[in-house]
Amino acid sequence: MARLTIPERELMTSGHLGCPGCGATLVMRYVLKALGPRIMLTVPACCWAVMSGAFPRTCVGVPFLDCAFEATGASIQGLRAGLDARGMRDVTVVGFAGDGGTADIGLQSLSGALERGVDAIYVMYDNEAYMNTGVQRSGATPWGAWTTTTPAGREKGQEKKDMMRIVAAHDVPYAATASIAFPEDFVKKLEKSRDIRGPRFFHVLAPCPPGWKYPPEETVRLGRLAVDARVFPLYEIDHGRYRITRKAGRRTVREYVEKQGRFAHLTEEQVAEIQRRVDSRWAKLESLEKATAEVHA
Amino acid sequence: MTVRPLWADVPSSVQATGTWRTFRPVIDLSKCTKCNVCWKFCPDVAIHFDGEGFPVIDYDYCKGCGICEVECAPRAITMVKEGP
Amino acid sequence: MRTTLTGNHAQSLAAKLARVQVVSAYPITPQTTIVEQIAEFVASGEMPAEFLEVESEHSALQACISAAAVGARTYTATSSQGLLLMHELLHWASGLRVPIVMGVVNRAVAPPWSIYADHTDAVAQRDTGWIQYYCESNQEVLDTVLQAYRLAEDPRVLLPAMVCEDAFFLSHTFEPVDVPTQEEVDAFLPPLTLPYALDPDRPARLGSYMPPEQYMEHRRNVAQGMEAAAEAIGDVERAFFERFGRDHGGALPLFACKDADAVLLTSGTAASTARAVVRAMRADGLKVGLAKLRVFRPWPVEALRELAQRVPRIAVLDRSFTFGFGGALFQEVRNSVQSPKGGPLVRGYIAGLGGRDLVPEMLRGILEDALAHDEPDVSWVGIKEGTAWPA
Repeated sequence: MARLTIPERELMTSGHLGCPGCGATLVMRYVLKALGPRIMLTVPACCWAVMSGAFPRTCVGVPFLDCAFEATGASIQGLRAGLDARGMRDVTVVGFAGDGGTADIGLQSLSGALERGVDAIYVMYDNEAYMNTGVQRSGATPWGAWTTTTPAGREKGQEKKDMMRIVAAHDVPYAATASIAFPEDFVKKLEKSRDIRGPRFFHVLAPCPPGWKYPPEETVRLGRLAVDARVFPLYEIDHGRYRITRKAGRRTVREYVEKQGRFAHLTEEQVAEIQRRVDSRWAKLESLEKATAEVHA
Repeated sequence: MTVRPLWADVPSSVQATGTWRTFRPVIDLSKCTKCNVCWKFCPDVAIHFDGEGFPVIDYDYCKGCGICEVECAPRAITMVKEGP
Repeated sequence: MRTTLTGNHAQSLAAKLARVQVVSAYPITPQTTIVEQIAEFVASGEMPAEFLEVESEHSALQACISAAAVGARTYTATSSQGLLLMHELLHWASGLRVPIVMGVVNRAVAPPWSIYADHTDAVAQRDTGWIQYYCESNQEVLDTVLQAYRLAEDPRVLLPAMVCEDAFFLSHTFEPVDVPTQEEVDAFLPPLTLPYALDPDRPARLGSYMPPEQYMEHRRNVAQGMEAAAEAIGDVERAFFERFGRDHGGALPLFACKDADAVLLTSGTAASTARAVVRAMRADGLKVGLAKLRVFRPWPVEALRELAQRVPRIAVLDRSFTFGFGGALFQEVRNSVQSPKGGPLVRGYIAGLGGRDLVPEMLRGILEDALAHDEPDVSWVGIKEGTAWPA
């Protein structure tokens, strides 16, 4: 038999409307494999709001509640309270939202839910722009990237919003990054989080062929390159202890950006600048890992 | 006057997305090492295992994205143009 | 048990008696004492509900919607800006057919800031598919919250409901109230069984998106829920009267309208003042009456058509302002009673905004004005001419 490195059971069905090579669909596929059928998803406006196709279709084998764009944080809070009131305490609540719906319009309700210690999992799948509406910039769009609202001549001039730092500031018991190129790492983190009570947050990189402007077959390769070039480090913050879960550095920022049309306009100076920022952030992450090594997880 | 809530429970598999394809993946089983990578990375859940553990493409749903070809280490998969 | 309660405490007590399971609310004057008392009930253990102190009204209503979607009985309360902030989610609640009950303490809308009685907040939500009750006493508030759950949760209806009370005139004013026992309420209001509650044992998506080929049929179905509410309201009131012996008169309780030359139609505490004014004017030989609009949504078109056959003049007092020709109540009354054969004269009066007191002289003036004119005009009552505000 095939040697499976992630759970075999599927809870996502084919026939969804994801673009060929869609990273966001892989995020959901792995979440469902790791967490199983006793969950409830709540999903705001984002690519995943249209993924299943029109009423009455659904492409996930678990309950899925659509919610308002701003309000995923409030929705997970309400689901948890309602499930507890109904005596269904074994059902895990999972908020599943894009970067725009989390870092921008959804930030308030997420912060409120984290501050209140909501017992739920929140997965932010990050394709680094408002992709469902046609590639407009979000707070999670990286510095220098083309989008339709940061077009040629005024590419994004602000750094990517660091959601992990924002979430960590709420002292949640567990937060982790993941990439669709490393599903074993993602599944392991999800399975670990199942047994933790309180808010658990996942920031998952989901490469997007039309938005990042690359051919669809490169999705997993880019998800790997982002990690290995240290652009998107894989790490977890487990009860305050930082742990890098994949040592990186064998690839460069140039190798990463030159594969994507949204970075095609970058000058040598700009690529070097991104490399400097990436290196600086990695160094900071390593020092955080050292500084918190004694913290009991 | 019955209430008809927005309750959607028809599986998406009623939509055959295989018609989207321009290229189709073809697996050369003689090269396949049953590593599970193609199954693992298919965004459309369009790769399953046969009784012997070899991957089988579900062409009703495969969109021809080509991830399986790129990720297959023994290069057992080739994307072939649909056609005439 | 007979006691004195503020309108706000009538709300929180009713929510407790209704065995609400999830409460999610954000503070805003003058709603605050509703949720403060609920917090105390929960803290003492006498109300076993999940209490969520959320970080905005928008989140409050989303949390209620999500809790309701898994079949929990939910409650929230707000006023003014909070209700406005919830606007998007009001549509979500009715569209998803979740029977939430919300207390609304009617308060004026900013700018400028005003914490005083005004119906613009709730009237401006008349498009959102929520049942709307307007109460004139704290007894009515308590009773109506209980009725609202029974109506909202009726399987033919499944729409959310607002129970409105005037800021300060009811919310912070003590009145004698008969409080039913828990047993009596349990007999009137069984636990919620939501026919389409989300459950992992039968996974489904609630919400979806719809192309043009489907959307209208969904909206039509929601509208039919509101039509069902119009029918079911009578059943709920009869059942309530049988159990508790109190009758609040349905959607449009009438007072002294049988032979009236002019009827004042209004909502909220102004109806109490109007009743006294009608008695006084009758004593002076003037044949006037009061039609209290207790239920704004569903709109009581049949009751109005019936009234229109009996009275020649209707003076509509809107304690809200919504632009257009006349206030919202004026527009809808006129819409219901005009016919090719004619119909009564309808005159509109905007009054009492931002907490401006609706004194008996003002209401008397409105009825006298309606008796003295023959054109369907609209006027603002009590405006100080010359300067917009005192120097």
